[in-house]
Amino acid sequence: MGKMIRAVVVPRALQAVMVAWTVGTLTFVLTRALPGDMAYRIAAGRYGYDNVDAAAAAAVRQELGLDQPPLLAYASWLWDLLTLNLGRDMVSNEPVWSEVTHQVGHSLVLALVAIAFAVLLGPALGVAAGLRRRGALDHASLALSTALRSVPPFILGIGLILVVAVELRWLPAAGHGGFAHAVLPGLALALGLAAVSSRVTRNAVVAVARSPFFAFARTKGLGEALAFRRHGVRNVAVPVVSYFGVQLIYLIEGVVVVESLFAWPGIGHALVHAIVARNVPMIQGTALVMGLMFVALNAVVDGICWGLDPRRRAS
Amino acid sequence: MTAIASTDGFGLRLGALLGTPGRRLGFALLAAIVAFAWLVPLLHGGDIASQNLMRTLAAPTAAEPFGTDHLGRSMIVRLAAAVRLSLGLALLSVATAVVPGVAVGILGGWYGGAVDRVFVTIADSVLALPGLLLVLILSAIAPGNFWALYVGISLVMWIEYYRVVRAYTQTIARSPEIQSSRLLGFGMGYCVRRHILPEVLPVVATMGAFGAAGAIMAISALGFVNIGVRPPTAELGLMMTELFPYFDEAPLIMLQPIGVVFLLVLSLNLIAGSDPK
Repeated sequence: MGKMIRAVVVPRALQAVMVAWTVGTLTFVLTRALPGDMAYRIAAGRYGYDNVDAAAAAAVRQELGLDQPPLLAYASWLWDLLTLNLGRDMVSNEPVWSEVTHQVGHSLVLALVAIAFAVLLGPALGVAAGLRRRGALDHASLALSTALRSVPPFILGIGLILVVAVELRWLPAAGHGGFAHAVLPGLALALGLAAVSSRVTRNAVVAVARSPFFAFARTKGLGEALAFRRHGVRNVAVPVVSYFGVQLIYLIEGVVVVESLFAWPGIGHALVHAIVARNVPMIQGTALVMGLMFVALNAVVDGICWGLDPRRRAS
Repeated sequence: MTAIASTDGFGLRLGALLGTPGRRLGFALLAAIVAFAWLVPLLHGGDIASQNLMRTLAAPTAAEPFGTDHLGRSMIVRLAAAVRLSLGLALLSVATAVVPGVAVGILGGWYGGAVDRVFVTIADSVLALPGLLLVLILSAIAPGNFWALYVGISLVMWIEYYRVVRAYTQTIARSPEIQSSRLLGFGMGYCVRRHILPEVLPVVATMGAFGAAGAIMAISALGFVNIGVRPPTAELGLMMTELFPYFDEAPLIMLQPIGVVFLLVLSLNLIAGSDPK
């Protein structure tokens, strides 16, 4: 356990600190880079351009500490971040923290639905293709995966909306409700993930099927299915799960755009809205939580790899 | 090492470069797209922003072979301009990322020590965030600005080259070949040219093709959510958003930018190699 904490938890915790620092610094630069008098700009964003006067600007200046020297302002900005004082949404005036914790739940649901679809589709196809190398299914899955990898998730989403929702009318095109609403955005994200993981699985299966230990299992009389279950699955799972860690970047980036496309009330959608509205506290809150979600999912993948692969524990 | 021995200099002989049928198809596709993008302004003329409200969402004709969009703007001119923007920005970002990535990677892998640790720390802190988030925040700092996309994408991308090149350099620097070269009195410059670059550049070329594909997808994704370049700039993702409401009336017009993104990314993925490593 102590070993696992050192190998998995500590590096990811450091990464989480890095995420907070990067997001905090960039959003601080963002407040400083707003053109014109910042206090007037922020007041205009908050109260509307027609309702800004010197008093409102002065109140904003006071509240955000805009008259401080830059270094002091930077330190107090980071201190607020450290104490999770994320401020208030400039549009709705709700505390950012409560909005963001609400949204992150929706995003996690979407991410988990996507992962579930990807795990159901990709590795199964990969195993089938790998066990019959150079067969028809292997060639077909290579072509399909190359094509799917060349389509960004939001275009897959447009395609799914047009075919499944608009033409066939099987599922809702957008919005949020029951499981039916999560299917299309989940699939839009999952197809790209599955396209890559099916090939990673296929290559791992081919490597295992060629290995001496697999040949030995077969020679001692185990059937193909049994030999694969006993000696193949875990060996195949290690590269597939570790590659999934690499793909999390694709998942998180996809979430931002796919949520906007499907009007899914998650954190990516909120981030895009915050950027369009230049709603700095929300940009910071959403980017921070998305980054932390990325780190947390990565930590889970690390933990699974740790459990799967005894060689990692030994080294 | 054997693969290197059979090729000359930088390991980029044309036959090996063209290699598999998939890669040849990728080069052919990319060449066709490049020809389209740069020949259209010469042969067709016209402006990306000039509207003709009498002829909106028109079907293809001899004068407008790709039809017109919802404002009666020429689709062929806009698509060509959008490809020049996406491909140009992607290649520029890759070039900007490769040079420091490879240079710092070789220096870090060769010398190690404190400088190396500084760069590892920088790399880890940039990579802590998924790249698109970084690009999004940068485009919030300078909205609608071309350089935000360019800086953001290059800033994220150089890390990959740095890490891979550093890892390769560390292994090669400890190899018997380098030891012999050093014993014969050759300096670092010779070792880099003769031993490290031939090993590293083919890998960098593959990563560059994947990276360009990723950059094109990122640019179109940002355009699609209305962050990044602003109308009336012709950008593939932005064109999709603009044409989405007219899908019922003119499905083929809407499918054009989608098809172009697909072909561009496909060609680069094919050049990089069909299986991800």
